[in-house]
Amino acid sequence: MINRARDAILERLRNRQPGFDIPSQSLAVETPEWPMQARIAQFKSMLESARAEVYPAEPGNWTQTLRRLVAEKRIDNLLYAKHGPLAEAIESAWVETEKPELICDQRPIEGWKDELFFHIDASITSTRAAIAETGTLILWPTQDEPRTWSLVPPIHFVVVDADKLYNTFAEVVETEAWAQQMPSNALLISGPSKSADIQQTLAYGVHGPTELIVILRSAEPKQ
Amino acid sequence: MQRNADFHTRTEEALANAQLKASLRSAMDGLMASRKACFPDADAFERLRLRGAQIRVNALSKLPQLLELLERNCTRNGIRVHWAESVDEANETVLGIMREHQAALLIKGKSMVSEEMDLNRFLESHGIECLESDLGEYILQLAGEPPSHIVAPAIHKTRQDIAKLFKQKFPDIPYSEDVDTLTRNARGILRKKFHAASVGLSGVNFAVAESGTLCLVENEGNGRMCTTVPPVHIAVTGIEKVVEKLEHIPPLLKLLTRSATGQRITTYFNMISSPRKTGEKDGPKEVHLILLDNGRSRIYEDEELVNTLRCIRCGACMNHCPIYTRIGGHAYGTTIPGPIGSVLEPQKAGLKSLGELPVASTLCGACAEVCPVRIPIPRLLNRLRFERIRNDHVGTTRGQGSSRTFNEAIAWKAWSWLHRNPVGYRLAMTLVTRLRNILPLGIGPWTQARKAPRIAAKTLHQRAREEGFNDQ
Repeated sequence: MINRARDAILERLRNRQPGFDIPSQSLAVETPEWPMQARIAQFKSMLESARAEVYPAEPGNWTQTLRRLVAEKRIDNLLYAKHGPLAEAIESAWVETEKPELICDQRPIEGWKDELFFHIDASITSTRAAIAETGTLILWPTQDEPRTWSLVPPIHFVVVDADKLYNTFAEVVETEAWAQQMPSNALLISGPSKSADIQQTLAYGVHGPTELIVILRSAEPKQ
Repeated sequence: MQRNADFHTRTEEALANAQLKASLRSAMDGLMASRKACFPDADAFERLRLRGAQIRVNALSKLPQLLELLERNCTRNGIRVHWAESVDEANETVLGIMREHQAALLIKGKSMVSEEMDLNRFLESHGIECLESDLGEYILQLAGEPPSHIVAPAIHKTRQDIAKLFKQKFPDIPYSEDVDTLTRNARGILRKKFHAASVGLSGVNFAVAESGTLCLVENEGNGRMCTTVPPVHIAVTGIEKVVEKLEHIPPLLKLLTRSATGQRITTYFNMISSPRKTGEKDGPKEVHLILLDNGRSRIYEDEELVNTLRCIRCGACMNHCPIYTRIGGHAYGTTIPGPIGSVLEPQKAGLKSLGELPVASTLCGACAEVCPVRIPIPRLLNRLRFERIRNDHVGTTRGQGSSRTFNEAIAWKAWSWLHRNPVGYRLAMTLVTRLRNILPLGIGPWTQARKAPRIAAKTLHQRAREEGFNDQ
């Protein structure tokens, strides 16, 4: 049945290829280009307007900012990737008995779905890059930092490096040649989960995280 | 299948509902203002709009090749591609996948194609529970109503309506009209369902042929839940949603979110290119893509009406339409309401059943001015008005000539003849100006609610001559 449907649809489409009165050659659309400081300011202001929190930090002591924030938010546990890019800094900054408890469960989701859904307070992940124009984080989830980590826990901490801040989405797709290397799942995240479905009134934390907390590490000084 | 009489009844009911009109007016005013604020530079907007139109036109001009490329690349990535000529075939495909996995619960993200398929009713008739997880769609499922807007489905409901509905359906949860509390309650209920469901279903905003990528736009995270947590993900889409290149996505995304809700970007933009790979800890183990035709390839055959398929479903034409704003989405009785719905739906269902919709427009042109991919909606509405009365059997539109009446045809033939024959024209004008007080002027629905117009004592030509206008 399926092949019959496929062949019939394609045959109908091939029989009549329409012409259009719009020229199909590519029209360049201008995109903004900001210097680094303006890019950071744009990124921060866009994210904050979507009710995310953004905290600038130095590359050497960003874990101090993290420790302060988790203490303020009275989090019991924090999910982190033991073999991920943030692990070394987090582990060396944490005292063993300190709250929140650091949790790392690298089993497939089926092995600990209950705990992930109903017991994890917060997670922390890295980002691949970010976009200034719209205040957007780019995540390509990995084996160490899976897809659900930025979705299921009520609070998502995320670490962004200022030198990975692009001007626009179009610039990232082109510069990083995404078309040749798409992962299972690429994500753009631009704030905490929200909805205006009830009488056009914004409410946060509908299905994904209620809070999105961004630690923006400044660029390492060039040698 | 709706009949014309139903459309009239529903329109009258909607017009008599003051609360509905107030809700719609306030919601549409808000959406229009947010959209306008997102496009402060008119020239830049026009260039972006032209780019959006080019991308969609490029995709449609290569549609069969791009669908094959999409299929090839999705298959290479591990996504199973299914084709369906009709909604029945698409529904059967979903049912087959559910049965293969012995799944009793399907959790759904927002998908207008699944509405088109009437999937919930179909699966429920086979003993499978379908649960909407978009907050607005969930509220409507509880109320037993279809969506009234493609982007904001529950736009016609007040928070008091929703609070009462929650109390009625979940008597154990304390009554609250607070939006945050209502949202939190829905989160608690649905989270357990995301956790339990073995199959998730989503729509597709754009399907990228060159990389085999399915793109989803959303704010709530339910789309991500449906496409990430259950072991099986089914994506349903119309065949027209394909675009050629990944670089075409950023301009379309920019146009879509700004036109739809006045957001510079939505909270989540989710790009899915494969099921879970070896070593990955989550994501569905199977991803299925169902490509639905359901009349689209017939629309594709018409040189002019093919432009209907450019639509990226932002809903801006609805938000700016003076008719939609007064009657709301339910009155249309179709999956997609508003101006683009009045073009698309009659072509799918046939003009015999939905031929009234293209007529229910003032042709003010607001829809075409805001359309992010420059669909000439008023021109297409006019074309369908012609299709419903033509009787030359040219073209492929279903229900051609279904509204043709003998009296109207004779009247227009006479009008045409008079305007080509000066003597006849002058005689007719003399007659109607002399007999103006005794001519019957009851012209149907127009004069039911308005005073009948009276023919003037002198024609415009006469008055112009008397005023001394030079007609040479």
